[in-house]
Amino acid sequence: MESSLKNMVLVLFTITLISSAAVGGVYLITKEPIEQAKVAAVNQALMQVLPKYEQTTSQTIEVATLPIVAHTATVADKTVGYAVESMSKNGFGGTIRLMVGFDTEGTILNINVLEQKETPGLGTKMTDEGNPLLTSFKDKNVSQINMTVKKDGGDIDALTAATISSRAYAEAVAIAYEAFKVASGAQSVAGDVATGASKQAEKGGYNE
Amino acid sequence: MLLQVHQNRQRKEDTMSNNKLSLILKGIIKENPTFVLVLGMCPTLGTTTSAINGLGMGVATMAVLILSNMFIAMIKNLIPDKVRIPAFIVVIASFVTVVDMLMQAFVPSLYSALGVFIPLIVVNCIILGRAEAFASKNGVIDSALDGVGIGLGFTLSLTTIGCVREILGSGSVFGLSLGIADYMPLVFVLAPGAFLVLGFLMVLFNKYLKK
Amino acid sequence: MEYFAIIIGAIFVNNVVLAQFLGICPFLGVSSKVETSLGMGAAVTFVMALSSVVVWLIEEYILAPLGIEFMQTIVFILVIAALVQMVEIVLKKVSPALYQALGIFLPLITTNCAVLGVALLMVQKEYGLLEGLVYSTSTALGFAVALVLFAGMRERLEFEEVPKAFEGVPIALITAALLAMAFMGFSGLV
Repeated sequence: MESSLKNMVLVLFTITLISSAAVGGVYLITKEPIEQAKVAAVNQALMQVLPKYEQTTSQTIEVATLPIVAHTATVADKTVGYAVESMSKNGFGGTIRLMVGFDTEGTILNINVLEQKETPGLGTKMTDEGNPLLTSFKDKNVSQINMTVKKDGGDIDALTAATISSRAYAEAVAIAYEAFKVASGAQSVAGDVATGASKQAEKGGYNE
Repeated sequence: MLLQVHQNRQRKEDTMSNNKLSLILKGIIKENPTFVLVLGMCPTLGTTTSAINGLGMGVATMAVLILSNMFIAMIKNLIPDKVRIPAFIVVIASFVTVVDMLMQAFVPSLYSALGVFIPLIVVNCIILGRAEAFASKNGVIDSALDGVGIGLGFTLSLTTIGCVREILGSGSVFGLSLGIADYMPLVFVLAPGAFLVLGFLMVLFNKYLKK
Repeated sequence: MEYFAIIIGAIFVNNVVLAQFLGICPFLGVSSKVETSLGMGAAVTFVMALSSVVVWLIEEYILAPLGIEFMQTIVFILVIAALVQMVEIVLKKVSPALYQALGIFLPLITTNCAVLGVALLMVQKEYGLLEGLVYSTSTALGFAVALVLFAGMRERLEFEEVPKAFEGVPIALITAALLAMAFMGFSGLV
């Protein structure tokens, strides 16, 4: 087709308009499923990192300017463990988000990777079962170990050829521990207001 | 006389359906986007750490390719020549964004495994290349079939590379462990392995399949 | 120190071509001579630095406030394409000598996925303007380093006898594998 300024501008404008409208439409349609997928991932992660529980309450705690969500799991009003949705922005491919489960004493029960954009085959190994990062944290009481990778003088085995990813992972666990201290302290002191935490009850867990 | 006409028509239909079939088949061997045309190398190397990732990337690319080919064939007569490329890029980018969001919603784990390579389908030369070389000159159905063919070729290549790298590097296929993981050199899952496996597969392709 | 880590990380440890597989097409296509690869490297560095600034401003002041981050891919690729076009026009007018040197590479850059890839990664990593600029410039320098080294190897390779099935791209890929292996030696530096 012949090109003139008028039809060039008109066609490009129309195509862009239609495309944007279509993309916007799909965005509205997929927004809900994307959110649901994330919530489902959180619930599944909660079950994987916590002992059997009936109900969780969650609160947002600010650690190092990051908003960290801490879930307190209870059975018949008795606390059985804490799960912290922690994160680090220093991953190799951006933000890494972890779900870290603690028992009431601060021993790590399990860690689940919620979100990561690391290099396939290297940093993504943090999601594998029994990877060195997970095994160096699991069943350890965090107050007794140095939560940095061995290269930095700590106790944590890094993933092969993925030091940056491993550091970010360790950092996220350390942040989770800070949040755990606040969350478990808040149970007895009721210092919610002081930490700016907002509590809300959520039905959930195995009974659902 | 009548019979002859009928036969002629029959023959014509045969060649027609042959054409349609060859449109699809040519993408797999003769114009294989990976091994012959050497296009779209970034996702080919970057996402083939396992068979399933290669397959996922191939299918995502194929979806975008078919959709953009069809849409461009549909509107090809409305686009002024000089703004052809920008118009194609807008169309392709929109379809990529749509696929991106759908994957995020319905296959979140695969989506996070493929990472930045999903939005980068936009700059995959295969897609703009087919838009320019095929879809802008042919009908909607042919363009769709061309997309299917090239897409299949791309998917097959990526899955093959993914399989080889997964077997050699992590001792498993499609995530099923072969029980030999401890003896396998990790390097095949790492960056050099990608170049190495693609290079050697290309050699095998040149030697045995290309005429 | 933080900037230093970004620079070393982007040039050597996580080299854009050899570790992240972005910009493979020009890496294989424009690497037969050292001289042309230098030109390409310079052109990519220029465009990447410029586009990172523009993309950062657009993300910060247009996409994020409007809450339409899902339009990222579309907007970024259009911005990069327009930018490349503009650079070409401006360069032609202002500095014909530079245009002579870089001109032929500019149209190739739009489809260089490293440019879009870096723009997307920069936003994902939530870098500030200066950090983003440092990150994208060093990534581009990493691209140039890899490209020039590779071209040097291929110039040598031209005089070697290679089995027929290996000729062309396959032997180039195998050479690239060796280079990638060498670059793995940098891993763990930062």
